[in-house]
Amino acid sequence: MGDAKATLVSEAEENLWVKCEKCNALTYRKEYERELRVCPQCGYHERLGAWERLKITVDEGTFEEWDSEISPADPLNFPEYKDKLEKSQRTTNLKDAALTGVAEIEGIPVAIGITDFKFMGGSMGSVLGEKITRLFERAVKHRLPVFIISGSGGGARMQEGLLSLMQMPKTCAACAKLHQARLPYIILLTDSMAGVQASFGALADITLAEPGAMVGFTGPRVIELSLKIKVPIEHRMAEFQFEHGMIDMIVPRKLVRPTVAKLLRWMCK
Amino acid sequence: MGGAYKLSFEHELDAIQEQINLLRMQPPSEEQKQAIAELERRMVELLNSLSDYDRVLLARHPDRPYALDYITAIFDDFIELHGDRCFGDDKAIVAGLAWLDGRPVAVIGQQKGRDAKERQERNFGMAHPEGYRKAIRVMKLADKLNRPVITLIDTSGAACLDEAEARGICWAIAESQMVMSMLGVPTVAVIIGEGGSGGAIAIGVGNKVLMMEYAMYSVIQPESCAAIIWRDESRAPEAAEALWLTAPEALKLGVIDEIIPEPIGGAHRDPEGAANNLKEALCRALSALSHLSPEQLRRQRYEKFRAMGVYLEGDELKSCMRDV
Repeated sequence: MGDAKATLVSEAEENLWVKCEKCNALTYRKEYERELRVCPQCGYHERLGAWERLKITVDEGTFEEWDSEISPADPLNFPEYKDKLEKSQRTTNLKDAALTGVAEIEGIPVAIGITDFKFMGGSMGSVLGEKITRLFERAVKHRLPVFIISGSGGGARMQEGLLSLMQMPKTCAACAKLHQARLPYIILLTDSMAGVQASFGALADITLAEPGAMVGFTGPRVIELSLKIKVPIEHRMAEFQFEHGMIDMIVPRKLVRPTVAKLLRWMCK
Repeated sequence: MGGAYKLSFEHELDAIQEQINLLRMQPPSEEQKQAIAELERRMVELLNSLSDYDRVLLARHPDRPYALDYITAIFDDFIELHGDRCFGDDKAIVAGLAWLDGRPVAVIGQQKGRDAKERQERNFGMAHPEGYRKAIRVMKLADKLNRPVITLIDTSGAACLDEAEARGICWAIAESQMVMSMLGVPTVAVIIGEGGSGGAIAIGVGNKVLMMEYAMYSVIQPESCAAIIWRDESRAPEAAEALWLTAPEALKLGVIDEIIPEPIGGAHRDPEGAANNLKEALCRALSALSHLSPEQLRRQRYEKFRAMGVYLEGDELKSCMRDV
């Protein structure tokens, strides 16, 4: 994956150097993109948008989007929700926090779903729940394996109230259908993942995570705000979950695509 | 009435009740009857004027009947089972076998503690992974032996500190929902007090979902919601309005099927009356489901939760909300 195809932006578009958000090291942009936005100094994995993620994950030209016409409503008339949606839609080029469809990974067809942290924290409301549910249902119908890349650190989207909470059992029930149909399901947890990790995110056959991704039921910030307790950030990281047996492998970004392809070859034979 | 803990509007309610009691001691007359009727009307008016946040406080009232109070009052011969066969026995969730009106059922409930010591033991009703794994165990047993499952939900949320994470709280809650969604026996979930987010829905996947009149059911606690959105916990009453967490609103959203009426002023003012209403609703719900085959029960449950959500597809609004 170190080829030019994986480069996310052309060199001319942006300035020449990138400063790492974590260690402040400067990296030549061309190199940074070649590293798939992982800092060569400290290994920090920058968050990717859904479209960027798709580009570095699937075979070029194989993606066919599903349910692109689904967009969020504002059923509770929740304060400032419409503005937040519009802002996220503008910056992510998505209608809501999930992108779903079918694509190939090293020639293997797969139903793919990506949730985008940059869209209101990747939080799950009616749209994300519906798209993930349809992803599972369609995978059953077409006998496809499922690969989900999750960055739903915002948990259930509070602006849709109970309707968001109900997306948890809805996606769990749809996931059960996939398992009953004996189809494989792989998930990659990326920075960051919370709350709704207690639904479809925890039901995969194989669970991968990127290094340093925040993974947990409740993030440190929310715990501090609500319980006034400080928990160390390391205890909400993929490495902590791996140590406690919740995750199969921590996979650096460059190895995600070949790892998933290798797993799918075993699972889909 | 009730214990020492009073919400502000309860003092007013008590004053009216006191007047009614005094009137009732007088010899019966037409005037007395009218005066009592007028006072009762004022009581209802007072209760109808409660804010959403007042209702949150009612749902959390420390004198409110808890799961074990209802289990004792409603079921016969409850046999509690213990442990998840993996780590330990979580006292925040009680689970066991019982009889409801002559029918064998499995009961799973979240149990807050009544006094300081019990609250500690039961972690304030906030379950750890082993609690949900115990629930899963009992659900599977009920499924195997063809017994309905009744869940009584009352938690501010699941345990969320390090030990919960280290033992896989996300994985336990997800599995509980998945297992419950696949049961071939009738499942009835009742929100009796606080229905707090993931910790509640973990045992909330019912063929029928009922809610006590003054219970709350929410994706997030209003205090946390206010802290996150406005960085100001004191705006919780506003958040409570915005979140649609009361029983009438949950009904309107299409998330619950029925509201179980509570005695005037809330379940804690007449626990026996509340238990009678809950028992009647449970028996009715089970009777309505009893003729369905395992496959029909699974399908009904799947379709029910499948339909939940409100979104646009193109220009068309897809909505599970009801006109009530």
